[in-house]
Amino acid sequence: MESVTPPSERFTRTHQVARRERAQTVAKWVFGAMSLAMVLPLVAIIVYLLYKAWPSLGWEFLADIPRKGMREGGIWSAFVGTLYLVGLSLAISAPIGVLAAIYLNEYARESWLNRLINMAVINLAGVPSIVHALFGLGAFVYGARFGFSILSASLTLAIMTLPVIIASTREALSAVPRAFRDACANVGATRWQTIRAVVLPNSISGILTGIILQVSRAAGETAPVMFTGAVFFKAVSRGDLFPYRLGDQCMALSMHLYTVSTQVPNVKESIPYATAVVLLGSVLLVNASAIVLRIWLRGRKKW
Amino acid sequence: MGAPRPQRPKASIAIERIIEFVIRLSGVSAVFFVAAIFFFIFREAVPVLWDPDFDFAEFLFSKEWYPTSVNNVRYGTFALTIGTLSVTGVAIVLAVPFGLGAAIFISEFCSPKIKETLKIVIELLAAIPSVVWGFIGLTVMSKLIVSVTGTAVGVNLLNGGFILALMSVPVIVSIGEDALKAVPDSYREAALALGATRWETVFRVLLPAAKNGLLAAVLLGVGRAVGETMAVLMATGHAVQIPHGLLDSVRTLTANVAAELGEAPAGSSHYRVLFLTGVLLFAITLVVNVAADLAVRGIRRK
Repeated sequence: MESVTPPSERFTRTHQVARRERAQTVAKWVFGAMSLAMVLPLVAIIVYLLYKAWPSLGWEFLADIPRKGMREGGIWSAFVGTLYLVGLSLAISAPIGVLAAIYLNEYARESWLNRLINMAVINLAGVPSIVHALFGLGAFVYGARFGFSILSASLTLAIMTLPVIIASTREALSAVPRAFRDACANVGATRWQTIRAVVLPNSISGILTGIILQVSRAAGETAPVMFTGAVFFKAVSRGDLFPYRLGDQCMALSMHLYTVSTQVPNVKESIPYATAVVLLGSVLLVNASAIVLRIWLRGRKKW
Repeated sequence: MGAPRPQRPKASIAIERIIEFVIRLSGVSAVFFVAAIFFFIFREAVPVLWDPDFDFAEFLFSKEWYPTSVNNVRYGTFALTIGTLSVTGVAIVLAVPFGLGAAIFISEFCSPKIKETLKIVIELLAAIPSVVWGFIGLTVMSKLIVSVTGTAVGVNLLNGGFILALMSVPVIVSIGEDALKAVPDSYREAALALGATRWETVFRVLLPAAKNGLLAAVLLGVGRAVGETMAVLMATGHAVQIPHGLLDSVRTLTANVAAELGEAPAGSSHYRVLFLTGVLLFAITLVVNVAADLAVRGIRRK
């Protein structure tokens, strides 16, 4: 009688299995290393910038105005300018963006118009920032005769960052279950009543996340403000919270970084680094708060 | 008969009408803005087409860019187009393998905790402003390149490509991961049930199934790289020439507009040619974005 191979041996690792498992391990490590290759630059950049910026960093740097042709002093004028630009652009794009998202998520049906709007939102997000700058220059500075001003720059930024708000608001709205809306319809609420009483209260934190992301995006943009309202230098007094008017030109943090790192010779070495740290730090902080808000929300979700 | 049907006050109905009108208006605003962008850029650009000094073929195919020359004005953007293509090319060659590899790792290989962390890192990486990237290229990266290769100037094609790769990787990862996530779990289960290892599942099942979405991810990465302005302005070295190697300086279409728009007097042909470059860029990104959208829609229809 021929002996049957015992079952345990039939399932032993053959060479082929071992090879396949090796391939699997190699793949896992290679892809893992590729992911790590993204984490490392982020950490390295932050550490290096902080290290180089250290001599200049401090409250004094933030609160002081640039002195001696921007070779010394701080960044107050640029910081406040960015606050103005971000605040005004937010005031313009947040209502339009949220309402547009409400339309897309609550009102629009599958139609050519809806597809066209979606395409437009995608394109608005994909248009290069320099093209937005050209548009701002042609439409607001010269077309609408707002001149080179905070108003023109904010309008340009607002249109540029609109897709950020639309996309995240839409996501927040579509996370509200269908059943909520159906229940409202069943008790006779109109569509707007449903939105106001049920959909918005249940998605307001998600919408807030989107608005926070808009702030971070708008604060970092350089090209669109460079040609519509931001200037290299503007004299303001130290610590002044309201130095600009709507029709004024202003300094902006992002543009200030460009200026001190490329246009001004013999700058104290740590100043551009410190400017970069303040800009990067504020943007990452704003983003991190959006992330924390989102995680907190996910933990609290009841449905 | 019974009591009359309860009616809402006329005013509240009217207010609701108005609100809904505003909502609809905001809804179509995006279309309006895109149209306005095209209109205003085109309006500023178009008079130059009838300018006797200007020749459209020269604009596209000449590599001579002397916009401020006194007696020999030339508006040829060929070298700039090649600059954009080469920087984008270097960026994509670097970013696509890393981006797709990371997307596969995040979606298929790692534990939920690592996945969360990596996604946050990617989000933060995507949030770094382009002027900060440019600054990094100008300082850190250029020093690195000089000390590794021994070249004289650190701001060049390689530098710009590296920076752009780092900028477009987050786009590729997040869209690529979405594409892999969209593949039904039953595909994975079927492959595993046949005895495939995880890697075989990825290579033979998931990649073919998600190829449209991954293509869209790459296209959007390309779109980001083509349109990037400040980073390439600061990191590529700013010489209008056709590069012959990775260490040559170049200038891109976007950087050129950013560098010269401030100096070109409004209404001059130079100014209008820069707007025409904007039309060109607008058209390029439009095509790339629509192509990416069609690729995504391709999977959804299946």
